Amino acid sequence: MANGSTTTPVKQHWANGLMDWVNDRFPLTALWESQWGKYIAPKNFNFWYYFGSLAAMVLALQIITGIFLTMNYKPDAALAFASVEYIMREVPWGWLIRYLHSTGASAFFVVVYLHMFRGLLYGSYRKPRELTWIFGCLIFLCLMAEGFFGYLLPWGQMSYWGAQVIVNLFAAIPVIGPDLAIWIRGDYVIGDATLNRFFAFHVIAVPLVLIGLVAAHLMALHETGSNNPDGVEIKKQPKDPATGLPLDGIYSHPLYSVKDVFGMTVFLLVFSIIVFFAPEMGGYFLEYNNFIPADPLKTPAHIAPVWYFTPYYSILRATTTELMYVLAAGLVVLVAFYWREIPRKLRPIVLGVAAVLLAGFFLIEAKVWGVVLMGASVLIFFLLPWLDRAPVKSIRYKGPLYKSALAIFVVAFLVLGYLGTEAPTVLFTRIAQVGTLLYFGFFVLMPWYSKIDSYKPEPARVTK
Amino acid sequence: MSRLSRILILAALGLAAAVPAGAAETGWKVDRVEMSLTDKASLQSGARTFVNYCLGCHGAALVRYNALRQIGLSDEQIKDNLMFTAEKVGMPMTSAMSAKDGKEWFGVAPPDLSVIARARGADWLYTYLRTFYRDSASATGWNNALFPNVGMPNVLWRLQGERVLKQEPAMRDGKPVSDGHGGTVMVSKFETLAPGAMTPQQYDETIRDLVAFMVWMGEPNQLQRKQLGVWVLFALTILVFMTYFLYKSYWKNVH
Repeated sequence: MANGSTTTPVKQHWANGLMDWVNDRFPLTALWESQWGKYIAPKNFNFWYYFGSLAAMVLALQIITGIFLTMNYKPDAALAFASVEYIMREVPWGWLIRYLHSTGASAFFVVVYLHMFRGLLYGSYRKPRELTWIFGCLIFLCLMAEGFFGYLLPWGQMSYWGAQVIVNLFAAIPVIGPDLAIWIRGDYVIGDATLNRFFAFHVIAVPLVLIGLVAAHLMALHETGSNNPDGVEIKKQPKDPATGLPLDGIYSHPLYSVKDVFGMTVFLLVFSIIVFFAPEMGGYFLEYNNFIPADPLKTPAHIAPVWYFTPYYSILRATTTELMYVLAAGLVVLVAFYWREIPRKLRPIVLGVAAVLLAGFFLIEAKVWGVVLMGASVLIFFLLPWLDRAPVKSIRYKGPLYKSALAIFVVAFLVLGYLGTEAPTVLFTRIAQVGTLLYFGFFVLMPWYSKIDSYKPEPARVTK
Repeated sequence: MSRLSRILILAALGLAAAVPAGAAETGWKVDRVEMSLTDKASLQSGARTFVNYCLGCHGAALVRYNALRQIGLSDEQIKDNLMFTAEKVGMPMTSAMSAKDGKEWFGVAPPDLSVIARARGADWLYTYLRTFYRDSASATGWNNALFPNVGMPNVLWRLQGERVLKQEPAMRDGKPVSDGHGGTVMVSKFETLAPGAMTPQQYDETIRDLVAFMVWMGEPNQLQRKQLGVWVLFALTILVFMTYFLYKSYWKNVH
C-alpha cells in the first residue's frame, strides 16, 4: 500500500479456510501427517505387509456390522437363538450383515495370524519396536476375548458348551476355582446372566479396549518407523539430497495407500467368495452343531471350539499326568542348560521358582497345568523381543537354525490346530503332546539357537 | 509373492477343502442326495409332505407360512392346502402338539425343524428318513439304523412299508468275507415285511423332495445369496484390476 498500488487479495478456497480454522484449535493436519500423510516407510514392503491394513479394515467391518446386528439381536437365553434366525430371515439384508460378521470373525484371526507371522519372519518385534509388538499382543488377547464372548451369543449347542468348557477351566484353579467360576457365570451353569454379561463384554467393554490398543499400536509404530523384509533401519540411512527422504524411504501416502487399497479389494474378493458361497466354511466358521439351540441338559458328544482357538485347546488337552513328567524333566534340563547365562544374583530366585514349579507339577492336578500352559502359549509371545538374541532381524540374514525352528513351529501350530477340532484318541493326544513341546521349544530355546546360529551381514540398503 | 507365501496359501485352501462329514451317531453309511433348490415342484412337494407328516409333532417356528411364497406358492394356495395349525399366512409354522406332550409321549420333545438341515446336513436327513425298521424291543415299535433308539417312530410307514434289519455275512465273489480273526464280516440288510403305498423309488423321491424343502427352509435366502454373490464377485474383480493399475501407475517411478 505504501506505493499506492492496489493488490488483489488471493482468494482462499473455503475448504482451506475451514482447515486453518480447525488447525488453529486442534492439530488435525499435524495428526494426519504424523500418522499417515507424511509418514515415511521403507519402499520394500512385500506380500506379508498387507495384513496390517487388512486387520484394520476387518475391525471396521466388525464394528459396523456389529452395530446393526445389535439392533435386532436379543441377549436373552429364551430369545437369543430365535433372534439370530430372525435376523437371517426377516430383517432386510440381515442375512448379509450376519454372514459378514460371522465370516469377519474368522477373517480377523486369519489376517492377524498372518500379520503376526510377518513379525516372526522379519523380526518386527526387535528393538526399537518392542512396544508396538506388546500392544499387538494385547490386541491379540482382546481379539481372543472378543471371539470367545461373541461365540456365546447365537446360543447354539456349541456356543453353550464351548463357553461351559472354558469357564469350567477356571474352576480347576486350586482353592478359589469353583467360586471364581460361579462369579464369572453369575449362575451355577451357563445361563441368562452369563449371556447378558458376555453380550456387554462383546459389544462394548472389549471393543473399547481394542480400539484404544489399536491406536497405541499404530502410534508406537509411527514413532519408530516400520521394519521391512531386510530389517534395515531407514532412519539411520543418509538422506537423499533431492527429496530429503532416507535413501530407501518413501511417503506412505499415496504410495502405500493405493497399494493397501489394492490389497483390500483382493481380500474382499476372497472374503466375498466365502460370505456368498460358503458362509459355514464346511463347519469351520459356523459349526453345524450350533444350529441346534443351547440345551443345558444335553452335552454334545464332541465339543470343539471354533478353529482359531483349537491350537491352544489342543495344548490344554495334551497336558496329562504323563506330560507333567516330561515338563518336569524339561524344566530341570532348561535351568541346567541356561545356568551359566543366569546372573549370579538371580540364581537363587530361579532355583526357588523352579523348585516351586516342580513341586506344583506333581501336587496340583495336570488339568490345572493344562490351563496354565494354554495361557502361557499365548502370553509367551510377549517375551519374543527379549528371547531373540540374533544380531540381525530378518529371516533373510538368519541361519538354518532359526529357519528350521520357525518351520517346526508353524507345523506344530497347524497340527495342534487340526487336532483341536478332532475328538481325542490315544495317538492324537500323543501327537498333540509332541506338538506342545515343539511349540514351547520354539520360544524357550530361542535364546540358545538364536545365539549360536550363523548369520549373513545385514545390508546397508534394502534389496528388491 | 514369495515361495513360502504360495505354499501357505495352498495349505490354507487344502484345509478349507477338508470338509468334515455330517454328524452321524453310528457307522451306518450316509447316502448322498441329489436335489435342486431351483426345482419349485420338488420344493412344493416337499412342503406338502412336511405339513402332512412332520408338522403334527415338530414345529418350524422360525418360518412363517407366507415365506412359502418364495417357493412359488400364492397366499391362497398356502391357506387352502398347507395351513392346518395357523389362522393367518403371516403366522409361524408351529406344531399342534406341545413340547410337554411330546416329552411325555416320545421321551423327548420333538425338536423344532426350522434349521435342522443346517445342523444335520441334507445327506444325513435323506438317509435317516429312509432307514427306519420294525423293532419290537423299542417303545414305538420302530427303530432307526442311522440313529439307533431314536424316539421318533416311522411316520411315513404307510408310504414306505414295513421292514426289518437283518444281519447276514458279507459276500465277495460268492464267498463270505473273513474278518481276519476266524469270523466273518457281517453286514446289515433291510428285509421288507409289507410293502407300502409307494415303490422304493417313489419313496426315495418323496424323501428327496422333503429334504430339499428342509434345506430351503434352513436358509430361505440362500438362492438370492448366491445370485447376489455372482454380481458382487463380478464387481470386485473389476475393482481388483482397477486398483491394481492404480497401484502400478503410482509406483512406476519407485525403484
